[in-house]
Amino acid sequence: MQTQFAPERLADSQMAESEKILRSCVHCGFCTATCPTYLLEGDELDSPRGRIYLIKDMLENDKPASADVVKHVDRCLSCLSCMTTCPSGVHYMHLVDHARAHIEKTYRRPLADRFIRAVLAAILPYPNRFRAALALGRLGQPLAPVLAKLPGGERLKSMLALVPQKLPRAPKPTQQNLAAAKKGRVALLAGCAQQVLDPEINAATTRLLNRLGIEIADTKDTGCCGALVHHMGKEHQGHVAAKRAIDAWWPEIEAGKLDAIIITASGCGTTIKDYGFMLRDDPDYAHKAKAVSELALDITQYLATLDLPKGEPREEVIAYHSACSMQHGQQIRDEPKNLLKTAGFTVKDVPEGHICCGSAGTYNILQPGFATRLRDRKVKNIERVAPDLIATGNIGCMTQIGTGTDIPIIHTIQVLDWAYGGPKPAALG
Amino acid sequence: MTAIAFAQPDAAILARRDAIVAGLAALVPSDVLITNPDECRAYETDAFTAYRRMPMAVLLPRSTQEVAAIMAFCQEQGVNVVARGAGTSLAGGAIPQEDAVVIGVSRLNRVLEFDRPNRTLKVEAGITNLAVSAAVAPDGFFYAPDPSSQLACTIAGNIAMNSGGAHCLKYGVTTNNVLGATVVLADGSIVELGGDAMDMPGLDLLGLIVGSEGQLGIVTEAILRVLPLAEGARPVLFGFDTSEDAGACVAAIIGAGIVPVAMEFMDKPAIEICEAFAKAGYPLDVGAMLIIEVEGSDDEIDFTLQKIVEIANGHGVKVIKQSRSATETAQIWKGRKSAFGATGRIADYLCMDGTIPTSQLPYVLKRMSEIVAGYGLRVANVFHAGDGNLHPLILFNANDPEELAKAEMAGADILTLCVEVGGCLTGEHGVGIEKRDLMPKQFTREELDQQMRVRAVFDPQWRLNPSKVFPLENRWMPQ
Repeated sequence: MQTQFAPERLADSQMAESEKILRSCVHCGFCTATCPTYLLEGDELDSPRGRIYLIKDMLENDKPASADVVKHVDRCLSCLSCMTTCPSGVHYMHLVDHARAHIEKTYRRPLADRFIRAVLAAILPYPNRFRAALALGRLGQPLAPVLAKLPGGERLKSMLALVPQKLPRAPKPTQQNLAAAKKGRVALLAGCAQQVLDPEINAATTRLLNRLGIEIADTKDTGCCGALVHHMGKEHQGHVAAKRAIDAWWPEIEAGKLDAIIITASGCGTTIKDYGFMLRDDPDYAHKAKAVSELALDITQYLATLDLPKGEPREEVIAYHSACSMQHGQQIRDEPKNLLKTAGFTVKDVPEGHICCGSAGTYNILQPGFATRLRDRKVKNIERVAPDLIATGNIGCMTQIGTGTDIPIIHTIQVLDWAYGGPKPAALG
Repeated sequence: MTAIAFAQPDAAILARRDAIVAGLAALVPSDVLITNPDECRAYETDAFTAYRRMPMAVLLPRSTQEVAAIMAFCQEQGVNVVARGAGTSLAGGAIPQEDAVVIGVSRLNRVLEFDRPNRTLKVEAGITNLAVSAAVAPDGFFYAPDPSSQLACTIAGNIAMNSGGAHCLKYGVTTNNVLGATVVLADGSIVELGGDAMDMPGLDLLGLIVGSEGQLGIVTEAILRVLPLAEGARPVLFGFDTSEDAGACVAAIIGAGIVPVAMEFMDKPAIEICEAFAKAGYPLDVGAMLIIEVEGSDDEIDFTLQKIVEIANGHGVKVIKQSRSATETAQIWKGRKSAFGATGRIADYLCMDGTIPTSQLPYVLKRMSEIVAGYGLRVANVFHAGDGNLHPLILFNANDPEELAKAEMAGADILTLCVEVGGCLTGEHGVGIEKRDLMPKQFTREELDQQMRVRAVFDPQWRLNPSKVFPLENRWMPQ
């Protein structure tokens, strides 16, 4: 597509990058067909091609974000289905990240909106605060119908709806039964919201890896990877979080002691694999960030390299829900399903599996209307294959889909841990 | 950048913009009408982005009745209307103009009725082409026309442009696969043309609507013919040293009376571009490639393929590679169907759409290379060889106005060549604005007048998609 940026504006590296992205778009419109919000609305403004056009106009003409542009960019889930579809290789993720940062700098959101975003950014990435907030949230649940009537109350209501009835206890995963012959050494992202909502995920990962002879390095706490704030356009906060994680891993990486950095939430994986790009202009961190991104692997990618033994056929039928950050963000498609099949399960694809469940980080709180419609559509599709359980690799999807169905939804790694000698996941009774 | 002119916007209409918008707002729910310039801008072009015009407003109705109400209002107010499907036109068919409103049918996307015994499917016309096949696939059926943009393009747009696709060599184009249509005319009246069977009584008015590029009315529903899926299908890649060899092979296969289900051509630049995206296993050490798909039972496929291989051997084929699995087949077609978009990875492009008699393929391929090289540009060729529908992609830099002008001139020369050898300007993309001014190369003044007389029966005031198809000069108007 033709672009009209003033040459001096392209001196800015982010602007130059966005210009390059816009130049590669030929406006063919293929992306509209696989965009969840376009499927729901049928309006090009709520499609990647429309958003790209709005963003182009805003960046090209150095306009502050208008309320209309913000509305349509906010409705984007960042599911990146468009990137899987796009034949021209348009890097929509980097473009929409730039747009979100531009919105954050040039647009003053209404008070209720600013408030809820500030609350989410101040709580979700911090496990202790999040745990406390969930406890408060349970107390607040009876107030949901009242809160819903306040300005911005729909979002408070949807936030409360996501609060689980009880929180699992949170044992710190300890290394155990490390097989005698050590086959590898990895770092494991402890993460933020996931370790509060379902600490069993990293515990199962630790158990399984240890049984397979993989040692988990005892690194400093990384904190949140930065994905949550990054997607809200809070660029600086995102970079601070990324640097903290990099600092925690760097001594091990520098000493050449890590085979991989293992991530068990695909949403985090997409962001950590992009650290190299995010910090490319930072003289102190560029090379470290690149190294981290290169080492980052989803747990299923890593397990696929370990040649797990073939298990006896099992009776459970699993619907595998591929998180958008897994299939689109990281382009990981077959590994999780193949691992489950090798373990002995019958694995079924979910019809319309490329469409988002509506979780998308904080999207289900910030855009409850769209999120609920997408969740219901997803649940209907899952139920069509009548599974005994749903396996997926992202805590966000687990929470989102879990509010819409009684079919147990379990992290892929817990299912695999169970199949290879670990405890039966609690959700299976 | 503005080599192709649009009609001067009607100042009287522009002056009444606010009143017109207010009238529309009173007519439809608020989320059907888009008037904010920031938002309208996303509708200022389609996939022919060299040309852009801001519409006065955009409407996304949810029913035939809403479309009818809007059309009646526009007629009464003298406002131009540009219909839009998914906006994937490569000929600028959906580009609006300043004194027009856009009526988009993207929300009319439901499957209405599957009549399985009679093999027909009734749909709202804003449904995508691929969604139609997906709706009947579980029952073992498909909808035959398959334009490369089938993932996104709508049946309404397919009807407007009489779209074809890779598989129309065997199954025909849109007009051969649409049985009936609900059309909203310029004055807002709703008519049903054709029906649910192949032969309906009376004049074939449906045949008139198909390919009319949004100038006779807006199609809101359609009854489509769906066909049983073949028992099996196998695409085979044939690599040749030169484009001329491949072209001669196509002519020989058709000449021998063999009708494969698809016969697609790609030259070296196109192969490289598509392989980089789809990783389909295309041969990279050849000058040109044919994807020939044969379908039926295994025996039938083997029998037909053997005859094709014999002919190909006689034309110096270098590589023959059969698809060995459903995944490989999917990758082979993904590469072909993404060819235009994938070209965006290396350059901007103008996509031509001329057709020629297949016997002329070797000559035309050679001349096209010479024409484009004469302007100092490059070309990637990817097209439906079986029915002689060419899609040369002229590569250029959109940020260089001089290159765009050269690309447009090269395109005009290529299309003129197509007409000279006995072909025509457009196979399936439509005339739009892109080929409008070349129409006199194809038709005499009398022929154009005659077509405009037909057009005037439906839209005497030239309100529907008015800047398209017919040159702006010498327009025939009823006395």
